[in-house]
Formats: sequence, structure tokens, C-alpha cells
Amino acid sequence: MTTAPTRKTHHLTIPVKASDIAMLKPGDIVYLEGVVYTAREGVYDRVLEKQQPLPVSGQSGSDLFDISNVNFHCSPAAAILDDGSYKIGGVTATASFRFSKWMERWLDLTNTKIVIGKGGMPKEDYTNILAPRGAVYLTTVGYGTGALLGRGVTSVKDVFWLDDLGIAQAMWMFNVKAFGPFIVDSDIAGNSLFAEHNAAIAENISALYDGLKPPALSRYGETDNRKDEVM
Amino acid sequence: MTITAKHIETAAYEIMKKAAIDIPDDYLTGIEAMADTESGDLSAFVLSAMLDNYRAATEDRRPMCADTGLPRYYVKVGDKARMDSMVALEAALRKATADATHDVPLRPNRVHPLWRTEHNNNLGINSPEVEWSFEPDADWIDITTVHKGGLFGTDYRMLFPGDGIDGIKRFLLDTLIAFGKRGLACQPAIVGIGIGGSKDTCMQLGKQAACLRVVGDRNPDPEIAKLEHEFKELGNSIGMGAMGFVGSSMVVDCHIEVGYTHTGGMPVSVHTFCLSSRRATARIHSDGTITYRTDPKWFTPYMRREGIS
Repeated sequence: MTTAPTRKTHHLTIPVKASDIAMLKPGDIVYLEGVVYTAREGVYDRVLEKQQPLPVSGQSGSDLFDISNVNFHCSPAAAILDDGSYKIGGVTATASFRFSKWMERWLDLTNTKIVIGKGGMPKEDYTNILAPRGAVYLTTVGYGTGALLGRGVTSVKDVFWLDDLGIAQAMWMFNVKAFGPFIVDSDIAGNSLFAEHNAAIAENISALYDGLKPPALSRYGETDNRKDEVM
Repeated sequence: MTITAKHIETAAYEIMKKAAIDIPDDYLTGIEAMADTESGDLSAFVLSAMLDNYRAATEDRRPMCADTGLPRYYVKVGDKARMDSMVALEAALRKATADATHDVPLRPNRVHPLWRTEHNNNLGINSPEVEWSFEPDADWIDITTVHKGGLFGTDYRMLFPGDGIDGIKRFLLDTLIAFGKRGLACQPAIVGIGIGGSKDTCMQLGKQAACLRVVGDRNPDPEIAKLEHEFKELGNSIGMGAMGFVGSSMVVDCHIEVGYTHTGGMPVSVHTFCLSSRRATARIHSDGTITYRTDPKWFTPYMRREGIS
């Protein structure tokens, strides 16, 4: 079996410092230790649209964003056991582009510096929203390393709004160790690994269609101009 | 002897666990072969991490992917199998789904499409889906579960006879490129292509081709088998690999299923079964014993109705 090529690998402690973030380059590998929190549409809707207050963590009532500045676009395969504790099986990210519209307000509200998810976000978001706030985007690997990431979750520190939002949409705080691997998509200069690869692949795409005859009927799916006829 | 609902429930619960946790051997072998030939650095890194992940899942008995998809069932009933109640069989599948969701655990993905309400157990209106088929000269019941994500990588297009094979290639490329970028299709995938039938059978055939045939399996029609190979090579020539990084690992295998269709049309569907291709099958024998495997053996000659009788 082939051994994967060695890539530059960073082991970072949460809360991550600005100096740590500055070292990350697109294509680097990252493992995390500390506390990460999850937030997807249910949480953004509740906090940003419905203006409900952010939860506080622990008996001391500390601000959870002092504990964690890492936002994971995730919902775990989790179950609530009879004794009230949580069983975390697999942990995988969900596609981040759907949350793009909330990221600017969310980063300002929470001071989040690392966003982890599936598939990245548009390059303009990195240039205009993440990079100016000293934040970067990490992608999970292959989108299916649920077991490796599940191993990295050592315990559930807290879970908020479980009754209202359900297991998939609740806001989880995970204690993590050797949590990864993640691949750096965007850096603090706003570069995007996905955008670079898309551009490289795009150069060859038209050649793939050379010699194929045109479709009998043009149709929706091949055009998004609603004034076009399908004939 | 009669097969009971309890046998069904035991088998269904077990395959829910196996599907979520253990990668099927045929798919694993396919990914290992791709990891050997992948020249794109990042794509190769992703494949290597996935191989680590399959091992971790099996060692820890935890799901290989947290998006445990929309769990569903395919039931093949031997013509000579005897079961006291088919309604009890379906009830047993529902109970096994809820129990496995809690115990494995699986992510309770199923929600009402409009109100987004859920029961935290993967049950709901029309969920899970149960598809039925029959097999002559057999006294067993086969139950297969498939856990497949559902957001990206599948599409349908009404083509016409004049579009020919070129039209299918164009549609396949469009789909793989569109959903392959950033790896939304979670490639390398088993690609299933349904050709013909009515629109709904076209979708069903493509889905079953992706999810119920193993890597290396070929359609019995030698001309269609050639197309399967050609389409696989086409997908891997895009220049795209795992997660949409530069590379060559896009299609682990391609399976085509066909059905007789309207003389004026050629409906086509494309489905991608992801990097966590999760399926498991149980056979409940007439004496109540249960055996497990990862090849659903869904497409039998009888299933395809290859003759004209």
C-alpha cells in the first residue's frame, strides 16, 4: 500500500493564538486539542435571526467563546444514554457554503478564529470576511473520517438547546485531543486551496467534451437562463 | 418452517450496525488500488486518511462517517419462504432502525421535509423506505440495508434516442464535474447509471446500480459491460480526485442498469455512492439461522427479467 506523501503538520492548542493561525498555509495538515463547539443552521437562526442570547458554559457561567474559538460545522452521530450521559460515535462535518450568509456576524459576535467544515466557502468569503478578521478555514478530510474524528472527541463538555433543536442541530462543546486530520483551505491572506485546484482542473474540462455531439434538446440543467427555450 | 418477525428484527439490527461500521471488502480493495495509482499529492493524502478511518471504525466499533445517511431496506423474498406476517416484517424493520439509531449510534437524520420535526430515531412518514423483490426456487429472505447520504452527486436528465452514448457521456461528465468540485459527491464513488424505464424507474435503477452491486461486478450484457468500463475511465480522466483536488480518483467502479423505455425517449440518472459506501446484507434461512455478507446479490437474472416470458 502506498504511504501518503508527508505534508507539513501542525498540532495546535485551543484557544488558538494569532501566531498559530499565521503559520497555516493552504494544504497544511492540522490536529487540535482543547474545546471545539458546533454550530449549524439551527444555532445561527436562533442567535442571529431570533436574537436569543448565547449560552454560557459551566457552573461559573463563563463565556464559552473564551474557552473555544473553533467553530465546527458538524452534527455528530450521538445518542443520549439512560444515565443522561452522551455517546459520541462518528463525527463528520457538513457542507459549509450554506452558512456563508451568517459568517460575518457570527465571527464578530464570537471572535472565532478557525472555522472547520466540509467543502470550504467561496473565495470571496475568505477575502472579505475571514481573512480581515484573522480567521482561517480548515476542511475535514474526505468527508467521511467520522471514526478518526470521533476518536478525537474525548468527552462532551456541554450541549445546548438539545431539546429544542435535536441532536443534529444542537450546539455541542467537545473536549478534543489529537483531533484531526484537517486540511488548511484558507490562510490569513485569503488564499483558497479549493479555488486553486478548481482553477487547475478547469483548464482541462472543455477538452473532455471535444468530439461529443451537441444535445438533441437543450434543457434546464444545462442552462440556468430562464428566458431560454428548451427546444 | 416459518420465518418470524423476531428473526427479521435480529438480522436487521445487526446489518444496521455492520453497514455503519464495517467498510465492504470490495469497496476497500477498490480504494486501496486507487491509492496505489493516485499521483495527486492531496488526493492521495485523502485516500490514505480514509483507509486509516475504515480501520479506526472497525477497531472502535463506531460509524465510519457521522452522516449515517438515510437508512433504508431492500428485501428479497424467496418464493418458497414462509413468513406469518409481512406487516410484522415491516414493523420489525422499523423497530430495528430505531434501536440501532440509539445503540450504534446513528445520526437521527430523518426530519419532516417541511416542518423539520423529528423523532430522533430515523423513523417518520414513508421512512425508512422498504423495497421488495422476489426470487424463484428459494426459501430464504434477504434483507439489505444501505446508508447513503442524500444531498449531492445524483441527477436525472431526459435524453432522446438521437443523443446516443455521447449524450450519456455529456450528462455523466456534467454531473461528476459539478458535484466533484470540493468533493461534494464524496468521491471516489461507485457510480450507478440508470438508463430507460419511466422517470421513476430510471432513478430507482441508477440508485440500485450504485448501492446494490459490488466493485468489479459487470452487467451480463457484454456491450453494457464495455460501457461500464468506458464510463469509469472517462470519470477518472477528468483530472479530479478525492475532495475535488487535482488527481485521478473519481470513479471506483461504474454500474449500469437498463429498463425498456418509451420509444421517443432515453431517460438517464446518475448516482454516486460515497467514500463511505455502506451496505450490509443478512440472509434469514427457513430454519431461522442468519448469515451475513456485503454483496446484496440484488440483480439476479429473475430480477432483471432477462427473458421475455
